[in-house]
Amino acid sequence: MSTGDIVLEVENLSVTFATESGPLQAVRDVSFTLRAGETLALVGESGSGKSVTSLAIMRLTPPAPLVTLAGSVLFTGADGERRDLLALDLDGMRAVRGNEISMIFQEPMTSLNPVHRIGDQIAEAITFHERVSNRVALARAAELLDKVGIPDARRRLSAYPHHLSGGMRQRVMIAMALACNPRVLIADEPTTALDVTVQAQILELMKELQQATGMAVIFVTHNLGVVAEVADRVMVMYAGAIVEKGGVVPVMTRPLMPYTQGLLHSVPRLDPESLGRDTLEAIPGSVPDPLSLPPGCSFAPRCRHVRPACEAAVPALEAADDGHDVRCRRWRKLAEAGA
Amino acid sequence: MSSAAAIESVETARTVKPGSRAWRRFCRHRLALFGIAAIVLMVLASVVGPWLIPFDQLKIDIRHRFAPPPWEGHLFGTDMLGRDLLVRLLMAGRISLSIGFLAMIVSTAFGTFIGVTAGYYGGAIRVALMRFVDAMLCFPSIFLLLILAAFIQPSVATITLIIAATSWMEVARVVEGQVRSLRERDFILAAEMIGAPGRYVMLRELLPNAIGPIVVAATLTVARAVLMEAYVSFLGYGIQAPMASWGNMLNNAQQYLGSAPWLAIFPGLMITLSVASFNFVGDGLRDALDARLDLR
Amino acid sequence: MSVEMAPAATAPEIPLVEVRELRQWFPVGGGLLRKHDMLRAVDDVSFTIAKGEVLGLVGESGSGKSTLGRAILRMTQPTGGQILFDGRDLTKLGRRALRPLRPRMQFIFQDPFASLNPRMTVRQIVGAPLVIQRPELNAAARDARIAEVLGTVGLSMQYAGRYPHEFSGGQRQRIGIARALILEPGFLVADEPVSALDVSIQAQIVNLLIEVRRKLGVAMLFISHDLAVVGHLCDRVAVMYLGRIVEIAPTRALFRQPRHPYTEALFSAVPVPDPTIRRDRIILRGDVPSPLKPPSGCAFRGRCRYALPECAAAIPLLRQVEGGHWKRCIRDDLVLGRPGKRGAVEEM
Repeated sequence: MSTGDIVLEVENLSVTFATESGPLQAVRDVSFTLRAGETLALVGESGSGKSVTSLAIMRLTPPAPLVTLAGSVLFTGADGERRDLLALDLDGMRAVRGNEISMIFQEPMTSLNPVHRIGDQIAEAITFHERVSNRVALARAAELLDKVGIPDARRRLSAYPHHLSGGMRQRVMIAMALACNPRVLIADEPTTALDVTVQAQILELMKELQQATGMAVIFVTHNLGVVAEVADRVMVMYAGAIVEKGGVVPVMTRPLMPYTQGLLHSVPRLDPESLGRDTLEAIPGSVPDPLSLPPGCSFAPRCRHVRPACEAAVPALEAADDGHDVRCRRWRKLAEAGA
Repeated sequence: MSSAAAIESVETARTVKPGSRAWRRFCRHRLALFGIAAIVLMVLASVVGPWLIPFDQLKIDIRHRFAPPPWEGHLFGTDMLGRDLLVRLLMAGRISLSIGFLAMIVSTAFGTFIGVTAGYYGGAIRVALMRFVDAMLCFPSIFLLLILAAFIQPSVATITLIIAATSWMEVARVVEGQVRSLRERDFILAAEMIGAPGRYVMLRELLPNAIGPIVVAATLTVARAVLMEAYVSFLGYGIQAPMASWGNMLNNAQQYLGSAPWLAIFPGLMITLSVASFNFVGDGLRDALDARLDLR
Repeated sequence: MSVEMAPAATAPEIPLVEVRELRQWFPVGGGLLRKHDMLRAVDDVSFTIAKGEVLGLVGESGSGKSTLGRAILRMTQPTGGQILFDGRDLTKLGRRALRPLRPRMQFIFQDPFASLNPRMTVRQIVGAPLVIQRPELNAAARDARIAEVLGTVGLSMQYAGRYPHEFSGGQRQRIGIARALILEPGFLVADEPVSALDVSIQAQIVNLLIEVRRKLGVAMLFISHDLAVVGHLCDRVAVMYLGRIVEIAPTRALFRQPRHPYTEALFSAVPVPDPTIRRDRIILRGDVPSPLKPPSGCAFRGRCRYALPECAAAIPLLRQVEGGHWKRCIRDDLVLGRPGKRGAVEEM
């Protein structure tokens, strides 16, 4: 699946917020590639920097000097030309945004304008990037609504966002994101606000659409179940940095980083055999304050395999296996011990 | 559970006092800082000033009537009876500012009581109280003030009460709105769930969380009360001669506007300065205490 | 309305809480001339909770599970039915009469940010129930009890002087739990207490609740949309759909063999964090219907893949199909898939 051409190459991306208490590095030195047709899941808890990473790629973070971006985001457009998105001016970025890279968010209600009909909103997204008449755009909007599984699409064009349920609104958001056949879709917790049965519908829909269009998807989520469901590759973030990265099967079945292991263990399972009142394997403590990160491995204070060396310096992201990287000083030892 | 100890050790100690952030925001507000400085200066001068000036505010000096400022120690000149204008201005400041502060305290207390009661109990009690507030607001307060003042013997106490009676409604409205929105919050429900009586919920849970808007409204009320006192006294129904207030000083200055303009200019400036200062501080507090900014 | 028996716990003892045909309706819309509609948030709900038992209540948004939890603790005035707490009907009691019962039943909120008064210190928040319900205690005795209960939830007295905003979400939830426990209640309603928390913190709080029930023997109504969490914590589970309980059973029985098609679909929809399992999932059609205009008959029939014409006739009764296993579905010929496995239909 992941044999398409590289569409996005993020290199050493760092995002720093200027706060009252000094600079806050929300994303530290993040690098990854994304190929056409694949789904890369960005996993992490709140404050891990996963959402900021996705916003930074879209250049949707607040402008300098509030936020400074460093590194590069090389995007290969439909024309085959490679551009650094971080170096584009605002007009150049607008031409990419919503056209070649689209984004959908967690809360579809706040992303849709409540006073405009959904048909007009989708049509507007089309006419913004393409020279077509309003009639044509509306016809395309109806097609799109049909494609995202909204019944009676033509009539729904004149509906307002509040007429629709949460799941339907997310479908509208997806229709809008797909309006210009993007090469990359960034989905930031798109199913978190939805019920499980509706989440299942949306995940199914996204899978179908991806297969049909061959777009690449960056799926930001905290839900490991969803990751297993949609991802080809996974990138686990903690305190702003990538701590583990690789194919979904190796990362989720043989995780090397103690944080990933802990995260997987702390998810309660559904099968009747694992039920009972046994306590879950929780990770103790909480995410460190991004303003005063520990000097070494940022997970060290919560890690049960911690050694003094871990607290001395930030470990590097090492290649453990083919395409499987881990940021842990002790991964070899831990793997041998069969942790 | 072994995790308990670990939780403590990872605790990230962010000891930001709840007030300090608001204070920092307030300090960024230049006009508000100016307002605070002006108010402190006016209060200090009114309290201490008259002792430092070698003139009595009531001492008539026929030989030095209408002395323009500055005149032989009369820094601000003298009035039509030859009394030192500066010392009268400061003594008037005592009266006007006292009335302002006292009226603020009375009206804020009453308005807060009405607002919290209406907001907490809701239903018919709220409707009755808030319609009463509306009715009071509809009534042109300056007329009410004049009617009351015409029937009641004017003194600092009565003028204060009359002004308070016409300015508590704004506070009541602000507090009612705030309490009504707080009422739906989970932590109020939590207090109800432990069986807290109404008094406890109102005083311990609701009031501390409504303090921001109350302080802002109270500050603006001072400005309003100072202005109201000036109105009433200017129209001759307020503080009576020989006691001085900024309003009646303006009243007395009317006939000499052409010949001795300083008699009107100085009290006028004092009224403007004090009213503007309290409004600036109110604005600054509004920005600083904005609860939305406190949510992380 | 149907007359039903309250599905009882398997234990023969007298239940601590017994809910009988509880209704919570809300008037919606309506105006000067227009009659308002009735939103039947909770309709004809009956169940019992034994002393020390934990009943899970699962359902999606709009199922009425939160409304039910709040009605049981009398945060609202129910429209109909009875709530028997230790034999006394709470629906007949006013605010004042409920006050002495409050220490015995407490609530844990979902949002750890909104449920703590931002102007109070941890000591004041956790100590408030003592101040109100045990005014005879002096400050030292109160502090001792606060320290004890903070210890139970894994916090130390050292932080008692701090304000809520200085704590992380998980720690705040611990503070909320401490407040609920300080009066040693026999019954807790926990409304989605972990759903606002990060995964790793969720597990901590679930463990804390498991420990609390083990140590203190407190009965609980645990409301959640997360089946897996419910499975780990609860003795029995009730599944709600559109204001009604559609299935209620001991946890193991429910997880081994769900009997209602909605429960089956709910299980099937939960994504499992194992990429090697590729399941055929039951994708429900459409959305939950509006509780203002529920369909006739079985409320789930519009989305149910096993629906028959008869399903539209009348609201199915909640019937016992096995010891303690009740369902609100007229079809007894279904063998529904269990979680983690493929659903199979066998027509008998």
